[in-house]
Amino acid sequence: MKQFYHFIIKEFYHIFRDRKTLLILLGMPMAQIVIFGFALSNEVKNAHITIVNQSNGAASMKLVQKIESSKYFETYNQTTQTSDIEKMFRKGTIKVALVIPPDFDNTILAQNNSRLQIISDATDPNVATTLTAYLSIIVADFQKELNQPNRIPYTIDVETRMMYNPQLKGAYNFVPGVMAMVLLLVCTLMTSLTVVREKELGNMEILLASPVNPLIIILAKAVPYLLLSIINISTILLLSYFVLDVPINGSLVLLFAVSILFILVSLALGLLISSVTDSQKAAMFISLIAMFLPTVMFSGFIFPIENMPLPLRTISNIIPAKWYFIIVKSVMIKGLGLTLIWKEVLILTGMMLFFFTMAIKKFKIRLS
Amino acid sequence: MNSKAIIVEKLTKTFNGFTAVDGISFEVEKGEIFGFLGANGAGKTTAMKMLCGLSMPTSGSAMVAGFDVYKENESIKKNIGYMSQKFSLYEDLTIKENIRFYAGIYGIGPELITSKTGLLLEQLNLEKEANLLVKQLPLGWKQKLAFSVAIFHDPQIVFLDEPTGGVDPITRRDFWNMIYDAAARGITVFVTTHYMDEAEYCDRVSIMVDGQIDALDTPGKLKRSFQAGSMDEVFLQIARKAKRSE
Repeated sequence: MKQFYHFIIKEFYHIFRDRKTLLILLGMPMAQIVIFGFALSNEVKNAHITIVNQSNGAASMKLVQKIESSKYFETYNQTTQTSDIEKMFRKGTIKVALVIPPDFDNTILAQNNSRLQIISDATDPNVATTLTAYLSIIVADFQKELNQPNRIPYTIDVETRMMYNPQLKGAYNFVPGVMAMVLLLVCTLMTSLTVVREKELGNMEILLASPVNPLIIILAKAVPYLLLSIINISTILLLSYFVLDVPINGSLVLLFAVSILFILVSLALGLLISSVTDSQKAAMFISLIAMFLPTVMFSGFIFPIENMPLPLRTISNIIPAKWYFIIVKSVMIKGLGLTLIWKEVLILTGMMLFFFTMAIKKFKIRLS
Repeated sequence: MNSKAIIVEKLTKTFNGFTAVDGISFEVEKGEIFGFLGANGAGKTTAMKMLCGLSMPTSGSAMVAGFDVYKENESIKKNIGYMSQKFSLYEDLTIKENIRFYAGIYGIGPELITSKTGLLLEQLNLEKEANLLVKQLPLGWKQKLAFSVAIFHDPQIVFLDEPTGGVDPITRRDFWNMIYDAAARGITVFVTTHYMDEAEYCDRVSIMVDGQIDALDTPGKLKRSFQAGSMDEVFLQIARKAKRSE
């Protein structure tokens, strides 16, 4: 136990003496929250739209006003010539156009039936679909208002409720994602680097020739990063709760407990990487290419796993971050308890035990 | 207890069919300075690792500090010191922190560490530098400090793997004075080197060629039997027979 204490003290010296790295490790979660929270987003806001209003009656004016007052659209380059639309698309000044034909006002009053045309730039299919949907909703809403006094028979009112995230905020999705990324980066990358550094410098031989149990050497390496990661989770949760208004609906204790479980998985992975490599470059390469990239792709944080073909969905099952991401979303956003996430917790526990056993085994094999 | 610090008999290590160490046998007396020479790839490091408990022998037997390398690995580690050719102190720790760490992992109590550290810093004339980071020290001082740390826990035997690589002649001289001091205190010194003038300082010298020990005697007797003027000539005569190289 005394030896373990001496080792941990030493590891803390290493970390505190390397100020720049420490600053990066503690600053990274804040930077990521700020970047994802304020700069990167899937939401489409203030899209440039041209409304070609050839009708100019009371009804069409009302529709135009309705669109202009929406935060999703910003009218741009008013024109009455449909031929101008393509020029604007080519220049890239607008994303979508709405054409109100000359007979719009007349037909809507006389025949209770009228036509509109939406044209959108589908070079970015996601944006085009989203904008078309927004416009359709506005038009439907407008139609409802016109019908107000004398409701047409047999209307179906669809009432939509967005459970857990009524405002459809992106933060509800990326905060758990950022947590997984930061923890993986700090624990896996930094732990593997610190163990391999000892090998590179030749200190590992000295330590192995001493009476210290090799297990103590590698476990002591993991302790400071465990503490650092707990600080990082706290930073992320505080920022997301107070700055981004993401709720913490479930138990905070459970959230920390599962996070520590995920930290242990990541630390074990880092130790495993360090026991199969001898250079810091190789450790860095494996951590980033073999760990970080799949985490970003297969955790469900950026690309929905449900949309992937079967082989990729299968691969995603071996990515620890996928399970952690599900757990954090369940506990934090949906407010679920352990009884509903025990399966995921069990999988992560299994992964942790597997990686730790592998790391210790590989480490011992190299000694003989 | 007998008077031998190390007894090695037919010690062999093979890696996937390659015999790195091929049935070597020798004995080292207590308090002796034993030079373990050989060209690169002769098998020195592998042999040394087996004696330090870092690597299991394939066959043969070895007793180090009275303990069996197969069964009493842990006891061996407690009773030896080890300093490798690669530099072994932590550059981002101060002198004091390095001493405290290494003493700590050998299980020395805090009071004893404090008193011995004071004594050591006084001997090395490093009292003022005690709180400097090791990376701020010149290489020669680092090597001397590393040696002092390797024998801080008063081991029976200290293994030095090319301890003076890259050090200037004056510091090497100082370093050897420290080795003599350690030997005078009864610590057995097992040292590998590429400097043949250092081989002259040893009580006895063995020269390894292709995994086997080709010569073992005092430097004086070796020079006489090979009719050589210096250990350098002795070494060249023997090492030229080597078939394998790195």
